[in-house]
Amino acid sequence: MLSINTILLLVAPEWVLRLTGERQPDVFWAEYIVWPLIQIALVLFIILTLVAYLVYLERKVSAFIQARLGPMRVGPWGLLQPAADGLKLLLKEDIIPLKADRAVFMIAPIISVVAALVVLSVIPWGAAWATIANINIGLLFILAVSSVSVLGLVLAGWSSNSKYSLLGALRSSAQMVSYEVGMGLSIIGALMFAKTLSMSGIIDAQRADGVWYVFFQPIGFLVYLISALGETNRAPFDLPEAESELVAGYHTEYSGFRWALFFMAEYTAMIVTSAVAVTLFLGGWHFPGLDWLRGQTNQAVFVIASVLIFAAKLAVLIYAYMWIRWTWPRYRYDQLMDIGWKWMIPAGLANIVLTGIYYVLAMPKAQGGLFGLMQSQATQMGERLVPTAWGKLYFIATGFAVTIPLVWLLLATINRRSRDFNLHEQRQLQMNLRRERIQKSAEPQAAGSAQ
Amino acid sequence: MQERDVTKGQETLFDTEEMVLNMGPQHPSTHGVLRVLLKLDGETVTDLDCDIGYLHRGVEKIAEHDTYAMITPYWDRLDYVAAVSNDLVYVEAVEKLLQVEVPRRAEYLRVILTELQRIASHLLWLGTHAIDIGAVTVLLYAFREREEILKIFEDFIGARLTAHAFRIGGLWWDAYPEFVARVREFLKIIPGRIDEYETLLNTNRIWLSRTVGIGVLSAEEAINLSLTGPALRGSGVSYDLRKAQPYSAYPEFDFEIPLGENGDTYDRYLVRMAEMRQSVSIIEQALDGLPEGPVMAKVPKVIKPPVGEVYHSIESPKGEIGAYLVSDGTGKPYRMRVRPPSYINLQSLKRMSIGHLVADVVAIIGTIDIVLGEVDR
Repeated sequence: MLSINTILLLVAPEWVLRLTGERQPDVFWAEYIVWPLIQIALVLFIILTLVAYLVYLERKVSAFIQARLGPMRVGPWGLLQPAADGLKLLLKEDIIPLKADRAVFMIAPIISVVAALVVLSVIPWGAAWATIANINIGLLFILAVSSVSVLGLVLAGWSSNSKYSLLGALRSSAQMVSYEVGMGLSIIGALMFAKTLSMSGIIDAQRADGVWYVFFQPIGFLVYLISALGETNRAPFDLPEAESELVAGYHTEYSGFRWALFFMAEYTAMIVTSAVAVTLFLGGWHFPGLDWLRGQTNQAVFVIASVLIFAAKLAVLIYAYMWIRWTWPRYRYDQLMDIGWKWMIPAGLANIVLTGIYYVLAMPKAQGGLFGLMQSQATQMGERLVPTAWGKLYFIATGFAVTIPLVWLLLATINRRSRDFNLHEQRQLQMNLRRERIQKSAEPQAAGSAQ
Repeated sequence: MQERDVTKGQETLFDTEEMVLNMGPQHPSTHGVLRVLLKLDGETVTDLDCDIGYLHRGVEKIAEHDTYAMITPYWDRLDYVAAVSNDLVYVEAVEKLLQVEVPRRAEYLRVILTELQRIASHLLWLGTHAIDIGAVTVLLYAFREREEILKIFEDFIGARLTAHAFRIGGLWWDAYPEFVARVREFLKIIPGRIDEYETLLNTNRIWLSRTVGIGVLSAEEAINLSLTGPALRGSGVSYDLRKAQPYSAYPEFDFEIPLGENGDTYDRYLVRMAEMRQSVSIIEQALDGLPEGPVMAKVPKVIKPPVGEVYHSIESPKGEIGAYLVSDGTGKPYRMRVRPPSYINLQSLKRMSIGHLVADVVAIIGTIDIVLGEVDR
């Protein structure tokens, strides 16, 4: 916890400004040490419990999908199962393989879990004090720190000195690096509308514009969701730990609590990517009617309501992740790379270009725009360009009616020769080729049946 | 590629070498204790070797010391997911040796049980094959239906997995009163359930890209490798012992042999799914025409077949399972030999896998449908 606080202080210029005295705090210790610590403890406690119950939820959801009951024995409806699991993992023997690189082996899960947990600090869980750190480069911070977690996986795979772990680590590093590109590209379109990297700022921008950016950015949202699946190693992109091939991938040799740390990192990453999707595309903790509630009740009720709204949106996305995991088979390594490089990245790039064009066209005529569908407006974030009612319609219409067909056309052009794009046609082609070959060959086909 | 003296070690920084990956015998997706040695260039398989024998019990040798009746349970434990089919081949082989006429009711019940077992075996195959490719849920669905079959077996035969179903000369006992009704009830459910699996998989893009064009075997190659069963029929060769050398009551039923066209993993999947539907149709016909009468022929208590030898084979869910028996006139066979379909089909693994990725090897092991109890005997 202390380390997170320290890092926060290091990366948050606003906090540093306050600490250096350029802005006067009321009571230094209360505002900058005690209160943040309480916030951090609260978020860590809630998130770590949430992670434990996410595992429970995953088991229950999978059971629901698979016509089973899931955990039922520990506590009512198995509700104490996460506690029992945690206790079991804590008490298990911590095995370190003889030939492993001990120091690296021990530090790898810590890197993974710390990288995953640090990111939690900038997520706007709700309005006002429910956000721990509203730093102005929030999104950049999330992307930067979450890419550190791949280091943990690579080190784990390498230090285990096992071939399965090594293959898993290779796969995961290649996969996470590839999908990070797609993920980074997919959010830029939304950022063009938000004009800020601060997570709270993005939510405020959506409140000011009056539209969630998923309606402006359908392709961006889709690309983000798919890339997030790849980034968090979730099915159908869970190749690094494909148990049918690589036993358990990079954490094959891990046991006990070290393994649990990887597990925790994975589920935290799932929460984080979903939270970013909620913030960027689904309006964060904002919901129609919430601003009305702010006027009606006191601050605490409002903040708790905002947290609940955020949690509800998060739950929808996480359920979708679980749904996908338990219904679909797994992609193969080369197919996964194909999707990353030939589908996600071109789609993300095209989305950026198209969004940029729409945006410039819609600017006020005074600023060189063609349609003048945006107007400068004073909001709580200062003077900013806000689309008018027609502007909103224009952005939604272009997003759905122009971007989607154009991106599809682009992807179809890029991938028309790839094997997986048009399976049935490719298959027919192969069959015809084989038939021709059989007919050409002098020997009759040995369709021998003893009938 | 230039050959390199491996004893010299790495010469430059950019030297690469092929990695040997040992898959198994303890591995989640080798379907038992199969050990596969993979030589990998990156993730592409350049060479493959199978190491078997981890489950060797010496069944064929044991048989030389047991009476004919005592051997039957050993057959249950060869292909332990299709025990009933294995029983059938041995029992019929001994009956051929003894020249016993089995009552028609017994034949019909045998067909019903064997076809139920075929569905159960294919369901288990489907579940494990799907889980190898990453579709976990199909396994649970498949096991739900397999459970119904096993319950029917349990009440009829007394065992679920290693069902010691048949007795030389007929059956141990007649079907219990509700047997027909229960099988009919199951037959009512299963076609809808097969549709359910097909909705999950048939047109699923990921499933298609994982199975189409993977492990292709042409009809010629399949015959040269002496494959049998769905592995052969997936390549488009119409060879099914139920039609080719009709045994038991099969000539009396009307059914089709589903065939693939391309010989890839997807076609073998389609063939097996279609076979389940055919089995349903066979069982329905058998239930409709189930004759009354005894279920046991007159067989001496101590079985001493005349001197001679016999080879009998049937279509098990995995392929042609054969029993070769040599009798020297005593109560114990002089020699027993099993023709295990899994063992022979496994030979195609190398041919199918080379050039594919590690993930495909898993899919290919699944598509051959092996049971190590039968491979190693």
